[in-house]
Amino acid sequence: MALISRMRQNPNRSKWGGILVGIAIMAAVDEIVFHQLLAWHHFYDGSTLAIGLLSDGLLHAGELIAMVAGFFILLDLRKHGAMSKAHAWAGGFLGAGGFQLFDGIVNHKILRLHQVRYDVPILPYDIAWNLMALILLVVGIVLVRRAGRIHEGSVGSSPSA
Amino acid sequence: MNGLIGCLECGGAATTGGFNAHKIIPPALAALFPVAYLTGLLIQRTRHDKWSGWRTAFFLIGSSLLIWALLPPIAGAAYKDPEAHMLQHLLIGMFAPLGLVLGAPVTLALRSVPVGVGRRFSRLMRAPVVHTLSHPVAALILNVGGMYVLYLTPLFALSMYSAPLHYLVHVHFLAAGCLFVWAIAGPDPAPRRPGMRTRLIVLFVGAAAHAILGKMLYIHGLPDFPLYDPAATRAAAKLMYYGGDLAEVLLAIALFSIWFRRRVRSHGG
Repeated sequence: MALISRMRQNPNRSKWGGILVGIAIMAAVDEIVFHQLLAWHHFYDGSTLAIGLLSDGLLHAGELIAMVAGFFILLDLRKHGAMSKAHAWAGGFLGAGGFQLFDGIVNHKILRLHQVRYDVPILPYDIAWNLMALILLVVGIVLVRRAGRIHEGSVGSSPSA
Repeated sequence: MNGLIGCLECGGAATTGGFNAHKIIPPALAALFPVAYLTGLLIQRTRHDKWSGWRTAFFLIGSSLLIWALLPPIAGAAYKDPEAHMLQHLLIGMFAPLGLVLGAPVTLALRSVPVGVGRRFSRLMRAPVVHTLSHPVAALILNVGGMYVLYLTPLFALSMYSAPLHYLVHVHFLAAGCLFVWAIAGPDPAPRRPGMRTRLIVLFVGAAAHAILGKMLYIHGLPDFPLYDPAATRAAAKLMYYGGDLAEVLLAIALFSIWFRRRVRSHGG
């Protein structure tokens, strides 16, 4: 039974559903914790480049749609018994880490949308921010590999296949 | 203050005291929406036809939001307080249309009118001009493009001094908002509507354009109006940014739930 259900799984779609939800969760943490609760990030700090304004709008819209799309993709996979949980979790870490790293490098440093925090030496904050992103990303990569091995192992070793 | 004598709210209130036609007529007109809808519902009932309770709830929520936006607590304050203006704008242009369109009023109307009228309407719907206007890209330009024009040109200031222009702006945003929701995720019949991917891209572009405009208003202290306090104007821009987020997420949910239900049906759940 477990084998049959695993063969119906859609690992790739599960991973992408996870990536979208991971991006959305990290974006929500960024918005809720760093913008609203801690008020470390600023809505606008006066040093944003024009291109930064454009990219902020596009990224923001992308986050909103990623959130809805990700949840509906996972919902759809579950409904059809096609969810590979291992891949979805792996995707979640990849999405969260990837988003955090993009935010830390491109948004904060290159486009200068806003900084992690103001009126403090910024370097330790930047290092902590991007290190956290790398950790999430590495966990995601490890989980993807493991999920792939589990999936291939069980489907590949099927005697009847 | 001399320059503001012509301003709708200050002038109107000074001359006619408590009762003002411009305070009563817009919400009264908006109240016709639920009356018409409930009439249609009554016709369905007498014929023992089924109609979704969800649809009814959506439409009633949408019309309530519209009426609320046009009543004095918001409509009156909108002349002095940019946050009230922005709340009104969000309600008329984004949240009310979501409810109104998801209530499938055209479907209800077509079911309630004689067959001949319905046929003529269907023919009208297939006209090239309707096809062009109902395309998501056209709806996007009318909707978000209209906002750019309103806030980045002198139109906003002009609309604060001219009652007809002011109401025209309201009607435009209500209509454009409904057009946009319908083009993206409306349950009412839409001949030759483009596929999921196109609609998703248009929604994405619309959400981005809305967020960018919200930040531009914040940065440049717009809309610029003598009675508006600069700090409140920045708060209004933030309200536009985050209020728009909520409306766009709801619209995305409406769009994806169409996709989800279709997949459940085609795969047998």
